Amino acid sequence: MEFMGYRRADGTAGTRNHVLILPTVACANHVSRAIARQVEGPVWVEHQHGCSQLAPDAAQTARVFVGHGIHPNVFGIVVVGLGCEGVRAQDVAAEIKRLCPYKPVHCVIIQDAGGSFSAIAEGARAANQMVKDASLCVRQPISIAELVLGTACGGSDASSGLSANPALGEASDMLVDAGGTAVLSETPELIGAEHLVAARAVNKEVAKRCYDMVRRCEESANALGVDMRGSNPSPGNIEGGLTTIEEKSLGCIYKGGTRPLVGVFEYAEKINAKGLVYMDTPGNDVEQLTGMAAGGCNIIVFTTGRGTPTGSPIVPTIKVAANSELFHKMAENMDLNAGAIVTGEETVKQVGQRILAEMIEVASGRLTKAEILGQNDFGINRIGPSM
Amino acid sequence: MIRSKALVIKDTDNVATAIQAIRAGEAVSLGIGEHVLAIKVLDDIAFGHKFALVDIAAGAPVVKYGEPIGAAIKDIKTGQYVHVHNVESIRGRGDKQQPKG
Repeated sequence: MEFMGYRRADGTAGTRNHVLILPTVACANHVSRAIARQVEGPVWVEHQHGCSQLAPDAAQTARVFVGHGIHPNVFGIVVVGLGCEGVRAQDVAAEIKRLCPYKPVHCVIIQDAGGSFSAIAEGARAANQMVKDASLCVRQPISIAELVLGTACGGSDASSGLSANPALGEASDMLVDAGGTAVLSETPELIGAEHLVAARAVNKEVAKRCYDMVRRCEESANALGVDMRGSNPSPGNIEGGLTTIEEKSLGCIYKGGTRPLVGVFEYAEKINAKGLVYMDTPGNDVEQLTGMAAGGCNIIVFTTGRGTPTGSPIVPTIKVAANSELFHKMAENMDLNAGAIVTGEETVKQVGQRILAEMIEVASGRLTKAEILGQNDFGINRIGPSM
Repeated sequence: MIRSKALVIKDTDNVATAIQAIRAGEAVSLGIGEHVLAIKVLDDIAFGHKFALVDIAAGAPVVKYGEPIGAAIKDIKTGQYVHVHNVESIRGRGDKQQPKG
């Protein structure tokens, strides 16, 4: 099976051909947005980080930026910095260029350019050229073995674990069997179910990493001395019927299908394995998408029972409604309906096949609802306080 | 065949999940493995919410997907609504840690 994708000079395969405007510090957000608005076509992000961060935390933030820059869905990138930030734009740009010498990379420093207007002009000129060059790229047939599927669930209710997650698990299995990569994440939503995932690890080391990751997550939750309930599961999850994190996790792990777990990756770490892997992310929807995108996922399928519009700016995010009421109520945000599994009108396998077919169409260029709405959700997971 | 209003996922589960709203007093038929179980539901159960298939004693595990999902805080009768008011989580309980002296 094949999709129509973009073959990059380093052999990686993209499902989109974006020009990205990326601030490396919150102070450069406004200029970045203005650059993106001067030219038709780029995607841009904003965030609240990039400075006043302790070294390990800053390194993780930098990893998110570099991961987005080297991503095969990104044709070219304009990196925008202020000039005094901790996560320096020049360093991020240089690292992207080192890893992807073929990629157009331009770095704008607001203080050097001489203020907002000059920085906007410089960035817009660079983006303008990139958009022009990107328009010459042509899709070609590429094996689905080169898809890296990020699996996500958000705004879950009790139907998520009954319909959409198992169907996504079917699609995940089919992709893995075809030679592709599927990523399971959201570590708080392994609590109570980690033994089931660790049991599928290919070796003791992968199993241990799984348990260590969950323990680290649970300890950090417990460190504040409160019951996790109310934060995860969220009030919406609870209203939707999920009583405990254990119940939520058992429904969530269905997204990962049944194939062996071959590796465990840190947040935003580049994924370099074939098969089913795990990435340590929070359950927070936006941070999870950002981590998986930075790790190289080139397609995301996101199940939801309560409904959510979120989508990555660079990775097409397919929304699967877990119940039919949601699919119709939030039609402008939902791509597929898994609700017929709940009523018995469709089987998990049938919906799984529909999800795989949609993944191939979207990978080949069909826009998701989130893309049409311009969703550019971007959230960096922090592992330290701001100083 | 009339479809059941609730689903039981594994044979060892002691709760069922409503896939349609159920009114207090309704009798619900459930397929569990080879058997059919008839339960009189004692409370209103919204879509996605749970009720007990058997009596669950305070402190005993609540089982769904064949795995423990928490423990009963008080005695739960067959057919009663099962949720945050009578079930607590075992995991993620920072509130139960010994205070650091």
